[in-house]
Amino acid sequence: MYKSFLIKYAEIGVKGKNRYLFEEALVKQIKYALKKTEGEFAVRRTDGRIYVDALSDFDFEETVESLKKVFGISGICPVVHVEDEGFEKLCEDVVRYIGDTYPDIRDSQSEASVVNPRSGFTTFKVAARRARKNYPLDSMQLNVELGGVILDAYPKMRVDVHKPDILLHVEIRDKIYLYSEIIPGPGGMPVGTGGKAMLLLSGGIDSPVAGWMIAKRGVKIDAVYFHAPPYTSERAKQKVVDLAKKVADYAGPVWLHVVNFTDIQLYIYDKCPHDELTIIMRRYMMRIAEQIAKETDCLGLITGESIGQVASQTMASLAATNEVCTMPVYRPLIGFDKMEIVDIAEKIDSYEISILPYEDCCTIFVAKHPVTKPNLNIIKRHEQNLQEGIDELVEKALSTKEVIVVQA
Amino acid sequence: MEVYLDNSATTACFAEAAQLMHRVLCEDYGNPSSLHHKGVEAEAYLRYAEETFTKILKVNEKEIFFTSGGTESDNIALIGAVMANHRRGRHVITTRIEHPAVLQPMAYLEDQGFEVTYLSVDRQGRISLDELADAIRTDTILVSIMHTNNEIGSIQPIAEAGALIKQKNPQTLFHVDAVQGFGKVRLYPKKMQIDMLSASAHKIHGPKGVGLLYLREGAKVSPIMYGGGQQRGLRSGTENLPGIAGFAKAAEMVYESLEQDTDRMYALREQLTDSVGKMEDVVINGCPGREGAAHIVSASFRGVRSEVLLHALEERGIYVSAGSACAAHKPQPSATLKAIGVEKELLQSTIRFSLSGFTTQEEIAYTCQSLEEIVPKLRRYTRH
Repeated sequence: MYKSFLIKYAEIGVKGKNRYLFEEALVKQIKYALKKTEGEFAVRRTDGRIYVDALSDFDFEETVESLKKVFGISGICPVVHVEDEGFEKLCEDVVRYIGDTYPDIRDSQSEASVVNPRSGFTTFKVAARRARKNYPLDSMQLNVELGGVILDAYPKMRVDVHKPDILLHVEIRDKIYLYSEIIPGPGGMPVGTGGKAMLLLSGGIDSPVAGWMIAKRGVKIDAVYFHAPPYTSERAKQKVVDLAKKVADYAGPVWLHVVNFTDIQLYIYDKCPHDELTIIMRRYMMRIAEQIAKETDCLGLITGESIGQVASQTMASLAATNEVCTMPVYRPLIGFDKMEIVDIAEKIDSYEISILPYEDCCTIFVAKHPVTKPNLNIIKRHEQNLQEGIDELVEKALSTKEVIVVQA
Repeated sequence: MEVYLDNSATTACFAEAAQLMHRVLCEDYGNPSSLHHKGVEAEAYLRYAEETFTKILKVNEKEIFFTSGGTESDNIALIGAVMANHRRGRHVITTRIEHPAVLQPMAYLEDQGFEVTYLSVDRQGRISLDELADAIRTDTILVSIMHTNNEIGSIQPIAEAGALIKQKNPQTLFHVDAVQGFGKVRLYPKKMQIDMLSASAHKIHGPKGVGLLYLREGAKVSPIMYGGGQQRGLRSGTENLPGIAGFAKAAEMVYESLEQDTDRMYALREQLTDSVGKMEDVVINGCPGREGAAHIVSASFRGVRSEVLLHALEERGIYVSAGSACAAHKPQPSATLKAIGVEKELLQSTIRFSLSGFTTQEEIAYTCQSLEEIVPKLRRYTRH
């Protein structure tokens, strides 16, 4: 029954002269999201709107699910097309549309979800729009006439022009478009409009969520993963690829840089106090991530840190790890509780993967009592112990990194 | 060098078995239940497989049933036997070191209100016949004891247990999970007074997804799946003919040279245990010498996490297992290792090496040398 979708976008509507850039990015992301969806689609921009037209049979649920993953979309309206065969016919079509879309109104006596429980009536408003100006009735006339037809057909419906339960849009084009439902989209901005950032992706719950949140603001995501064979397994790496894929479902292709971190980690283990291992290790991770970020035109780093979650995420520890970077470090989860993060992880379907029990490189040598209030001067002094060999090891880690392009 | 020492998880399929399977899949693909020539042709493979196994086990054709593998065989044997005999009693006996394919059905039976006695094992992983004798009651309907343990290779006194069970209570059914023992030793259910025996193809160089259940004629077992009534109604479903043919071929080949192969494997096992046993702070688990399985060595390396050692060996092309493959994806420590009293600290430091007829002396020497290089290095870097 539905032939196309009208795509609503909230925030990008207000971007003034740059608006077309945002719309183009949105169209591109919609096309990317629909590539794997069954059916042929055309995505077009007309009159300041974006339509997705189905050119073949398609799976409605699957298509809506795909569109729900495109940042920038605030609402998805399934549209019914009817031929323009005169006003009489349009009246019939509108009555049938209401009946088909809201079967509980048609079978009017039943308990309907759209029926206002207090009044027992469903309120509505017709919003007609003539893109084709030679139509015999103008918009106001259409609103009035079609409203009357609906009132006659469904005695349980009432007009409310201020807060209607159903807002029926009637658009006169080469064909006539009818729509009234709005399926909420993910919001945000189209990916690609906000530059690119480098996500530090571990195998945990937090980092994919952090990446998703920044991608939501239109930022393209690349990721870096620190691999420590033989201490971390091939499955741990596969898990990170799977997590990157969950981010790619929303953010488009993710370039995943896999850095072998074992030698650096063992070198720090040999030369530095054990309770500072995690902090010093993270400082080197940030240094390496920033280096890759610079080489790949990223404008910032993203981490999944949240204050106080573990010893390395106290304010003092964050200050110590942050100190090695000049690039901005975005920490979108900084004020989130674990449960709030888990809620999003479940929503984006990364949670089940994150809880697989493979060890990541942050935990393999973790001290029983790691420092929680690292003193930056002392950390820096202990890092002096690494002077002899660390540059070479970092160099080697960078030159041997593997790049995996993770597609949605 | 690639050294595959995880043969208790699965084995490489014999090329001859794979070739035969290809023929059954692509040429003689009929359904053995069909009346026409294609069906008759297919049925011949079923006959061939039945004959092969009756010869190997010295049993009747009517007593062989093909399943999807060890797990299904165990499930039919345990749940089917209990369902058919629950009016005679509600007591079942097994051991603490069984494979999950036995332990989980036992847990299910406990949920259904049956009483299960779990026999303890000694330091080498063997049950005590006295304890078994004490456990058998008039209402004991089933005893299930594994032949060879999959994690430490200990071998149970099956013949003695069979005699004991029948002497104490002739009505009690005796099931043996021989998934790790079949193809390594000669097993004769009649002589050993076994009523039911499970085996699996992919542990003996056959294909995955096929196993067998020996069921003594006269032993009452109910089906746990219903359908077209194939295999005398016990195991409905079109027979996995390519798998069954491949399984028979592999069994034929393994039993043809059984003694030479196991002698060779025992020699290789000794080479491995001698060398590893000499390393500092290493404990070998299970039975020594010929009392244990020819193909399994379990060793605990103090101060080394088994997963890390596994991956470090992997970097050198050596494939082993941490505990057993079936338990390795669960983070909890192995029940078998706990049952034989491995100290807590070593539970997560235990590696299983499992050999096959394809394993060579050079491979074992390379493995020993690699261990000597890797283990001290890994011990330097530990969690504090």
